[in-house]
Amino acid sequence: MSEFGERLLEDTRKRRTRGEHLRSLVFVLVPFLAILFQVYVPRFFGFLGYLELPLLVTIYFALTRRQPIAGVLFGAAVGIVQDSLSQQLIGMYGIVKTLVGYFAASVSMRFDVENPVLIGILSFFFYFFHQFFYWVLDRALLGHMTVFDPQQTFVYALLNAAVALPLFHLLDKLKART
Amino acid sequence: MESFLNRYRNLTVLLVVVAAQLLLLAWQVKTSQDVRLLRVWTVSTVTPVTRVLEAVRRNTVGLFEDYFALLGVREENQRLHAEVGDLKMQNHFLNAELSTADRVRALAAFQAQSPSKTIAARIIGNGTAANSAEVLVDRGTSHGVEKSMAVVTPDGIVGKVVEAYPMASLVLLTTDPSFAAGVVSQKNRVHGELRGLGHGNCRITEVQNEQKVDVGEWFYTSGYDRIFPRGFPVGQAVVVRNGTEGKEIFLSPSGLQGGLDEVLIVLAGVHQLIPEQAVASSEIHMMAPPPSDHPAPSGPAVELPQAGNTDADRLKSAYKRIGDAQGHVYGEGGPPNFNIKVTGKPPPAAKPARPAAPEPADQGEGEVHLDQPDFTAQEQAGAKAAPTSKPKAQQQKAIPPQPEPPSGGVPRETR
Repeated sequence: MSEFGERLLEDTRKRRTRGEHLRSLVFVLVPFLAILFQVYVPRFFGFLGYLELPLLVTIYFALTRRQPIAGVLFGAAVGIVQDSLSQQLIGMYGIVKTLVGYFAASVSMRFDVENPVLIGILSFFFYFFHQFFYWVLDRALLGHMTVFDPQQTFVYALLNAAVALPLFHLLDKLKART
Repeated sequence: MESFLNRYRNLTVLLVVVAAQLLLLAWQVKTSQDVRLLRVWTVSTVTPVTRVLEAVRRNTVGLFEDYFALLGVREENQRLHAEVGDLKMQNHFLNAELSTADRVRALAAFQAQSPSKTIAARIIGNGTAANSAEVLVDRGTSHGVEKSMAVVTPDGIVGKVVEAYPMASLVLLTTDPSFAAGVVSQKNRVHGELRGLGHGNCRITEVQNEQKVDVGEWFYTSGYDRIFPRGFPVGQAVVVRNGTEGKEIFLSPSGLQGGLDEVLIVLAGVHQLIPEQAVASSEIHMMAPPPSDHPAPSGPAVELPQAGNTDADRLKSAYKRIGDAQGHVYGEGGPPNFNIKVTGKPPPAAKPARPAAPEPADQGEGEVHLDQPDFTAQEQAGAKAAPTSKPKAQQQKAIPPQPEPPSGGVPRETR
């Protein structure tokens, strides 16, 4: 191989390594920012309290990576971090988001998840599933007599689905850059 | 087996992860222990960032607001509105400074006045749990904060510390459904349990329908929960009605009114007295007693029988005469024969020895509360010592001078 060819190969390798680093950084930074958003922003804009950004980020990464195992681990990690930032027992959000990660990744292997309509439907469905399953776990495992409001959850699911579309588009752009 | 696991690798990983978390949950429930290390790591990662964000927000948000406001104004009239903008900016700045100073001064004054040892803390974030009201504050174990410490403001209680980390703490607000605290009403001294409802108001439970609570009545911490010192304001009853399982009392928590920015964490609580309800006017003007219709003779004092005017007194005298006639001593042996007739006049009903002293004079403030439970008596004593209580000279003024008893009269028996 010529000297020029070797240099070109070296440059390509460096660029790829840098891209992987950036991707890993995004992989950690985006969920962190989502959790930070949930912790900090509703203090000043109470109406944004309905936004479940960690869940949307979990759905996004599970859909784009198309690996159920990655989806499971990602969902579990985000859920456990969320649990740690509250007084509830660790594992509640962990289990729910683990399942969401797994199912979202499984769906992405069968359907074309680039379609915005499908993204909206999946976000809606997974939000509803997330809230309902959390309620079921809360009652069944911990015996808390919490109330599940289907109408309110329906509306919040719609709003989260509406936010998911631009958010996923933004994250797609970010991914393309890295 | 290996091929089976390989074939269902995804499902296996899912089951393993879910099972691990279920086990973790079960372990936490069974042992009532916490995965503290994990929480400390997470909170220590997140709270420094929120702290920085909060500092940046505090320093820049006012500036940006004014800047954006000025952009629109400049289009209309640059010169005039630049001047107004400057003034506005200055005004905003001064107002913000003033309001911050007021708030901090109020907090400091309360801190200095309160006998409890407290530490000021700033709210830096919200908890992430669904359907719960929690906030993160910027004080943790390194500042002496511990789990289950009370969090208050000068307006009332705010919540309690449910988790304490090195640099931050998680506070459960009074509106959270899992929150509970012992409370007592100010006027009727009704004890109950404060419970959050998940929204703006709270509810008082464990109050019987027979107990009296008024709308607008203040509730204070009772101190029995061992978290909140006695005497901190909790809120005012906004709805009071009878229910199936006891009185339904809804309360507006005073500590959470007007938003939260700074709070006080009670490091060492001291029980205080529950302040007395303000009385519109406790001074009573009383006239001197009227003169007697039958002035007593001026001779030597005549001893009158001790019997009173009542039926019970007369019955007692009759029984005494029956007992004396038979030489019977009450309390020893069998009963005497109550059917025999004893001659002799019953003792005359005792005449009032002197003009009756006005009744209220006997029911002075000091006597009214003799039957009260200990803590009330203590509060009365405290209330008298408090600056809001009536001065002693004023109290004496309310009691009219006692007339001199007539020389022939018997001093009236006091309780």
